[in-house]
Amino acid sequence: MKEMTWSEFFSMGGYAFYVWGSYLVTLLVMGGEVVFLLRRKKSLRAPARRSLENRGKQ
Amino acid sequence: MNLYKYASPASFYPLAGRMIPWFAIPAAILFVVGLYVGFFIAPTDFQQGDAYRIIFIHVPAAWMGMLLYVLMAVYAAIGWAFNARLPSMMASALSITGAMFTFLSLVTGSLWGKPTWGTWWVWDARLTSTLILLFLYIGFISLQASIDDPRRADRAGAVLAIVGVINVPIIYFSVQWWNTLHQGATIRLLGKPTMAPPMLGAMLIMLAACWLYSIAVVLARLRCIILEREQNAAFAAEAST
Repeated sequence: MKEMTWSEFFSMGGYAFYVWGSYLVTLLVMGGEVVFLLRRKKSLRAPARRSLENRGKQ
Repeated sequence: MNLYKYASPASFYPLAGRMIPWFAIPAAILFVVGLYVGFFIAPTDFQQGDAYRIIFIHVPAAWMGMLLYVLMAVYAAIGWAFNARLPSMMASALSITGAMFTFLSLVTGSLWGKPTWGTWWVWDARLTSTLILLFLYIGFISLQASIDDPRRADRAGAVLAIVGVINVPIIYFSVQWWNTLHQGATIRLLGKPTMAPPMLGAMLIMLAACWLYSIAVVLARLRCIILEREQNAAFAAEAST
């Protein structure tokens, strides 16, 4: 296999828009899901969360 | 260990919390490994050039969309049949991630279709049935969101999820039952022995990563759902006294 330069890598043989576009959308959607979940978790009341954590320990 | 203990949402809550890192961390590692193999080790395809590298996310996303739907329907059915809350909550937790993966499979498929087929979209059997899968997810999510009583929402969602399961084998076999544009692009790539091992390997590593990611995210969402419902129940109890 011949040596590949970084600019060749980023150009993806002319398919850069489609290849990087796919991965960018994936990153945004999955990252968005994680961020949204963390915010949802934070919005829940801490006391309720603690009471559930404690109940599980018994 | 008494496993039945964990059938109750309140007992499962802390267990789910302890399980999350065991799936999230390997998922992150496998995503990096899979992308490394896919972009630096797998060779350029002689027919499609580098455009084929979309496969490493497209195929895992499509598989997850279908698998999570079946899982969602199974959990919804168990929750309905045995009148159990936790499996129903699990079904709700699965729905968002399943919808997300189905959406990703459609978008990445579209981005792959444009350079290889010359079109973003065709109304062929596989694409159309996958779009229906996305609508089934959206229907499930909005149906549940529209019903206030959580148990009634669970039952209504279960009916929709179970009926919609019929669509999954249709998606899966669509490329065999109908002569579609889709078949030429991917299945042949997989079927021929010419698919280099690093290509297949990268795809399978990405699939494993997507599985682990899904488990971690679904468990995290399940915890939120448990907490929200317990909170609401506590509020209701307070209000009624």
